[in-house]
Amino acid sequence: MSYILAGESGDWEVVIGLEVHAQIISKSKLFSGSATSFGAEPNTHVSLVDAAMPGMLPVINEECIEQSVRTGLGLKAEINLTSVFDRKNYFYADLPQGYQISQLYHPIVGEGTVILDLDDGSTREVGIERLHMEQDAGKSMHDQDPKRSFIDLNRSGTGLMEIVSRPDLRSPEDVGAYLRKLRSILRYLGTCDGNMDEGSMRCDVNVSVRPVGEAELRTRAEVKNVNSVRFAMQAVEIEARRQIDVYDDGGQVVQETRLFDSVKGETRSMRSKEFAHDYRYFPDPDLLPLVISQEYVDAIKASLPELPDDRKQRYMSDLGLSAYDAGVLVAEKETAAYYEEVAGGHDAKLAANWVITNLFAVLKDKGVPISESPISAAHLSQLLDLMADDTISGRIAKDVFEIMAETGKAPAAIVEEKGLTQITDTGAIEAAIDQVIADNPGQVEQFKSGNEKITGWFVGQVMQATGGKANPGAVNKLLRDKLKS
Amino acid sequence: MSLDKDTVRNIAYLARIRIADADLEPLSGELSGILDWIEQLNAVNTDGVEPLASVVDVTLPRRKDEVTDGNCQDKVLANTTDPEDGFYTVPKVVE
Repeated sequence: MSYILAGESGDWEVVIGLEVHAQIISKSKLFSGSATSFGAEPNTHVSLVDAAMPGMLPVINEECIEQSVRTGLGLKAEINLTSVFDRKNYFYADLPQGYQISQLYHPIVGEGTVILDLDDGSTREVGIERLHMEQDAGKSMHDQDPKRSFIDLNRSGTGLMEIVSRPDLRSPEDVGAYLRKLRSILRYLGTCDGNMDEGSMRCDVNVSVRPVGEAELRTRAEVKNVNSVRFAMQAVEIEARRQIDVYDDGGQVVQETRLFDSVKGETRSMRSKEFAHDYRYFPDPDLLPLVISQEYVDAIKASLPELPDDRKQRYMSDLGLSAYDAGVLVAEKETAAYYEEVAGGHDAKLAANWVITNLFAVLKDKGVPISESPISAAHLSQLLDLMADDTISGRIAKDVFEIMAETGKAPAAIVEEKGLTQITDTGAIEAAIDQVIADNPGQVEQFKSGNEKITGWFVGQVMQATGGKANPGAVNKLLRDKLKS
Repeated sequence: MSLDKDTVRNIAYLARIRIADADLEPLSGELSGILDWIEQLNAVNTDGVEPLASVVDVTLPRRKDEVTDGNCQDKVLANTTDPEDGFYTVPKVVE
């Protein structure tokens, strides 16, 4: 399923690498004691360290170290026991220090792997080149005043993990799958909330194109300002198309930073002078190298939760679910937890079907996440109990489910209230069958003359007569006996 | 190592230091002199010597993850020239 774009001169392949900035979940900032929470009054979550007042010194937050190591382990990556902080120097209004503390030469995490789950159920490995810790910048707002930009430093100094992939992605679909998988892993680990709307996970997309069959990588452009999975996928498509047009017109792609404009559906060059890529990195003299022990890493490793890939494998091998179903259920930690509560003590596949088909339809219809589901996992589990002990039929269960979605009531209460309990009393079913047979002599004649298919019609009549509450198995058996007699 | 005028001009630009054209020539001479002086260190053989991060035997001090600072908007904004609604303001930085 390769993604190939046609140009005037031939077919082109797209090569993509992603740099994801993930905000570390921690109470306080990477190098200061001010809070990291989102949405506070401007410049209130700012200490004199974050505002870069003269003489202020950074002191590293131990939680950020642990979260970065945890993430590295979740990405099956090598952990570097010694890492070093460098200063990346540039001027911008929301960077009060005039440099960002980052880790260029010796990052805390080295090479790792992310496994993509593609739409057709297949999987593919994408290499992680590195993960390093760095400070986030403040926020600039340019639309408040015609002549001024407004600066809020609340985000300044918050810990980030920059996760750099290898150029192993080949299509917008790959990009979507990679971002979703990475977000899923981060959420399972509890190291980043992965919320792209609030900017706690952001990405820069490196795109280049090359003629199909060419082995060398061509010049890439870095596309910034991509703040959703959908935009990342769009940006790839648009930027790849632009580059192909450049080559088709006999031009050359230049290495530069481009801004994605989702409204106009284009990428455009950022003025290169302001973003001169001359960062003059050097080791930060305020910070010693960060040294951690193998025992420290091992202890974090021992505390890792079950990750989506392992859980998917378990659902397939232990519960017998298909790769697709397992993939859908494990993608979000909350969905997996919900599913496991429903599936407990029930048929795993039946439970999966109810969650994936019926529950997801309700959530989609109401536009709510599973954490706000109108039907609790406990209630859905009870509904399966009612089917399992023949209190209600599968058909009635669907009706009960609809009512549960609207009212949030427990299934047993609904069955009781509406009198939906399945009729298993043969006497009552027999009476209904006798009535249907007596009322429809023509159809009985058809059956007797060899039209066996008409049995289905009789079953339907009996079910209708009993308001759908008759046990379908019992109806079938009794009906055949009576028609044959 | 000698620095030419253009390199000095670029370094000054990156550091946002305004330097008059007339000063570039003498500055490149002075900076080149400093670099030459430091380059004497190249005479020492450092093969197999680990980079020295500190001359005292200390490790990077760490902080517990607790909120202990911030909530001092007035102090943070005390030296700014034109604050508004709790924001710093600067001349517009995008087109």
